[in-house]
Amino acid sequence: MYQYSEQDHQLLLERVAQFRGQVERRVKGELSEEEFKHQRLRNGLYLQLHAYMLRVAIPYGLLSSDQMRTLAHIARKYDKGYGHFSTRQNIQYNWPKLEDVPDILDDLAKVEMHAIQTSGNCIRNTTSDPLAGVARDEIEDPRPYCELIRQWSTFHPEFNFLPRKFKIAVSGATQDRAAVAVHDIGLRLVRNDTGETGFEVHVGGGLGRTPMIGKVIRPFLPKQHMLTYLEAILRVYNMLGRRDNIYKARIKILVHETGEDNFREMVEAEWEKIKKGGLHLRDEDFEWIKKFFLDPEYEELSDRDGEFENLLLTNAEFARWVDKNIELHKQPGYRIVYLSLKTAHQPPGDVTADQMDAIADLADKYSLGQIRSTHRQNLVLSDVRLKDLPALWGELKALDLATPNYNHVTDIISCPGLDYCALATARSIPISQAITQRFDDYDFVNDLGDVSINISGCINACGHHHVANIGILGVNKKGVEVYQMTLGGSAREDAAIGKIIGPAFEADEIVDAVSDVLSVYLENREDPEETFLMTYRRLGDAPFKERLYG
Amino acid sequence: MDNYIKDRKIEADEWMPFTGLEDGSSLPSGDIYVPLEEWMQAREMLLARNGRLGVALRNTDDPGIIKDDLERLDLIVLEFPKMADGRAFSQARILRERYGFQGEIRATGDVLHDQLFYMQRCGINGYELRADQNPANSLKAFDEMTVTYQPAADEEFPIWRREPKSI
Repeated sequence: MYQYSEQDHQLLLERVAQFRGQVERRVKGELSEEEFKHQRLRNGLYLQLHAYMLRVAIPYGLLSSDQMRTLAHIARKYDKGYGHFSTRQNIQYNWPKLEDVPDILDDLAKVEMHAIQTSGNCIRNTTSDPLAGVARDEIEDPRPYCELIRQWSTFHPEFNFLPRKFKIAVSGATQDRAAVAVHDIGLRLVRNDTGETGFEVHVGGGLGRTPMIGKVIRPFLPKQHMLTYLEAILRVYNMLGRRDNIYKARIKILVHETGEDNFREMVEAEWEKIKKGGLHLRDEDFEWIKKFFLDPEYEELSDRDGEFENLLLTNAEFARWVDKNIELHKQPGYRIVYLSLKTAHQPPGDVTADQMDAIADLADKYSLGQIRSTHRQNLVLSDVRLKDLPALWGELKALDLATPNYNHVTDIISCPGLDYCALATARSIPISQAITQRFDDYDFVNDLGDVSINISGCINACGHHHVANIGILGVNKKGVEVYQMTLGGSAREDAAIGKIIGPAFEADEIVDAVSDVLSVYLENREDPEETFLMTYRRLGDAPFKERLYG
Repeated sequence: MDNYIKDRKIEADEWMPFTGLEDGSSLPSGDIYVPLEEWMQAREMLLARNGRLGVALRNTDDPGIIKDDLERLDLIVLEFPKMADGRAFSQARILRERYGFQGEIRATGDVLHDQLFYMQRCGINGYELRADQNPANSLKAFDEMTVTYQPAADEEFPIWRREPKSI
């Protein structure tokens, strides 16, 4: 992974000192709360319902075991013993004290971590494919490009006071595991006819009140132009994006109101003027950055293992876990392991400090000392030897991290909701737990196959309900929390915004409604290979509506 | 007067804002700056005057409008109507980097301690600090950070093209 240079370290130390100064000026009254807000937000510090919330950046979701141990230490020392992995691969702490935050940042800086630009109207942490570098369907490893974007966007002097927040995701594989279509800018690595790699540039995707799928404004951008093109898009947005209405300030609204073609013309006109400038990337720049992301020295292993195969035949529980939570690796004899953070006992994405420490140890023991966080709020050990799977499974089970449900009905994305969030209008965690408890039968979960349920506790849509196969949106209607259902969304390469199916359900009805929708699917699918989304797309709303409201 | 910083020093401000050409009032002597519309209307009259000239842009103006006049101007005034409104950062970079403007680029409005570092990087070198700011303290803002990653008005290249590679 990327190793900090002296300057990278220096920058973090300066940033911590600067933030310490800002906190002091705030405490002395030299900074108003409104002005301090802009500063603390640029350091990931929100004021929530009960306390401050600190969001720590995990650049493109990649963590070393030592970094994970520091996250555990922070959870234990400054919080209530747990952290929450977000849909943008970051981690959030729900209970830090303002006066402790500079010390937390100091501790983070020691392991090359920070909270820079994890909130505020600036370029946020760049996200990526959690299987970067190990996926079988990869065209090229996206992480070197993510790191270049991280450096370019960090304290960018021109783009630190944008109309609204700005999120970039990069995917390097044929399958989109980074949800690029619902980002302000999504970059997909593609190969052109001559075999050269470049980017398909998506602009103007996003969720929130006005969900939109990004538009491809350039089907192929040669990679040496990546940063000049990003700079051109950001400049057009900074100068022309709406600032009169916070709900119309995202770039998706600018693209929509300007029109895709006009927007493209403006970007290309600006780009023509800067494409040969200092941000033009040379071959040696790529060579330099790619050296940080070289393949580890994999062992030459057989892709079969006797003990593994024996356990697979004799232990149904192990077989289920392998079937659901293990993915093939590009290197024979290795596997990718999903650690499910979705149990009935914890809010989705939550991990305790003890679990974090244990995960760090497991990463050292079984997976080359690295951990990845995923868009769907799980963790990944990316380089596990096939022959180690039985032992790893035993340890994960003991930690309650082996629920066999990856990409299945109980692998629910949920925002923190009204239990924590100042913006929320309804609770979301209790709904996700109720659904998880209802669908606790493995065979049924297995039979339902690949299906996504996402839950948001307000229209800001942090739980990405719009792009779930089954989306649930909690709203407050005359003092009562009710839940609206959308069907047919997808955050993958076939991205789509789900459609509202009908009137909202009360809290005690929504789990039954989910169950009904799934029954309609099971009754109507042509065969078990047809997923929920395929069936929905084939049949449309009608049979689902009929069952729910008929 | 004393909440003005120029080139990282607290200075007396010699410039006077001026509007009201349409009243036929006689033009004052000395260094004045006028809104863009008045510059467009009375360009020749303003140029015939003795004293330096500046133009104030609104943050929605395209700086390209005055690109051919920049050699005749000594000051461009940009506005930050509130801290969160960062449009003028782009105007400043375009004036410096694209059009090579050599005179003063001045920030007015909500000009606060924590933006000075970014303003400086975008090519702004004059700062009318908001009245409640402490100019002596604000001078420290320019050096709070010494590491910069990306090119801007102060750096032609990103960090990876400036420093010896560590790997």
